[in-house]
This record gives sequence, structure tokens and C-alpha cells, in this order.
Amino acid sequence: MKILAVCGMGFGSSMMLKMTAEKVLKEKGVKADVETTDFSTASSADADLILTNEEFARQLEGGKTKVIAIKNISDANEVEEALSEVL
Amino acid sequence: MGEKLLSQSAIRSRVSVGDWEEAVRVCGQLLVDEGYVESSYVEAMINNINELGPYMIIAPGVALPHARPEDGVIQEGISVVVLQDSVEFDSGKDVNVLIGLAAKNKESHIELLQKIAKVISQEETLHQLKQATTTADVLQVFKI
Repeated sequence: MKILAVCGMGFGSSMMLKMTAEKVLKEKGVKADVETTDFSTASSADADLILTNEEFARQLEGGKTKVIAIKNISDANEVEEALSEVL
Repeated sequence: MGEKLLSQSAIRSRVSVGDWEEAVRVCGQLLVDEGYVESSYVEAMINNINELGPYMIIAPGVALPHARPEDGVIQEGISVVVLQDSVEFDSGKDVNVLIGLAAKNKESHIELLQKIAKVISQEETLHQLKQATTTADVLQVFKI
């Protein structure tokens, strides 16, 4: 399982999103790789799920990877709900 | 995180601005005044939002304006600006708290991000931050 956290530069909000996702996965006892990337490389990246904000989600949708928009990137419940779609 | 990572002088509350760009400038200038970034960093923050969209909204009402380490970061740190009235970043996306971020590299600022995450992940502290009217209020929220 590979999850991509995407933001504009790949180290600000995506890093926070990665931290939240890793926390949720750990609690669930699920092994998965969570990587951060910037928007420009996200569309060609190979992953099972892309987590990002609403702006980027709109632009990344339609590819082969499922994209879910997150409103509060540190909200474990919201991220858990998103992850449950692929777990 | 203590004073080392959020200094009292890097906080402004009840700030009145006309638009998001002015809000980001206030937030960025605090980083400049603290000696965290070169003044060019502030322009980079604004350019990033113009180019990439208001994606730096990390929770409802909270933005994390930042640029890249190579855009003029001297030392890592954050600034916090609480607005008197919220400003619109994009249609329907109102922001009233800005957390300016200066990061040295991809890994070094994890501690800062964890602290910010802790504040915005809990409804109570997120609410307290948005309602803060003094520097002490903001410091209190980040002290958790």
C-alpha cells in the first residue's frame, strides 16, 4: 500500500498530512508507505491513494489513482475516513 | 515548543487587513523581523499562493503561508497572525489565522509542524487560536 500526500512544494502541508496519515495507520496496525510529493510530480506518481487539499484534488482527479481531498490535514478522524476507502 | 520555536515578538493579534495578500505580508514581515528569513521570502510566499492557489489552508480558517528553504530562509521558525476580520483566500475560503513558516530543509522543521498539527487537530485549541485577542492567548494555545 502506498499513499501519497501532496501539496504545492512537498514539504509543508503534505508533511503534516503524512504525519496524520502515519498516526492513523499505526493506530489501525496497517503497514503502508506514506510519501510526500509536490503537485507537479504527483500526477505521474504511482500510488494506491492520493491525499491532498480540495484545490489539488480537483486537478488530480480523473487519473488512475484515487484522490481524496482533506479539509483539516491534522484531523485524524477525517484522514481515517479517507483511508478507509482503500484499506 | 516554548519560546525557542514561537517567540512572543513573532505574534500579532487583532490585525486589520484589506485582503489576503496584506495578511501574508504582515505574517511574512514578522519572520523577517525575527531574523528567520530575508525580505525576498515574503514575495516568494505571495508568489506561491498566486501560482499554486490557496492550498496552504491547512484547516478551516487557518493558512500556513510559506516558501521554499532556498527562497531566503536564514533560520527556521514560525510567526502567528490572528486577524480582526477574516479575509477571503479563494471563493468561500475565509482565513482568520495565518501561521508563517520558515523551514531550513525538508526534515528539520518536523518539530514545528508537529506543534502546529497538535494545535489545529483539536477542536478546542483550534477554536482558542481563532478567538485569540492577545499575544498571551496565542502563546497559551501553543504551550500545550
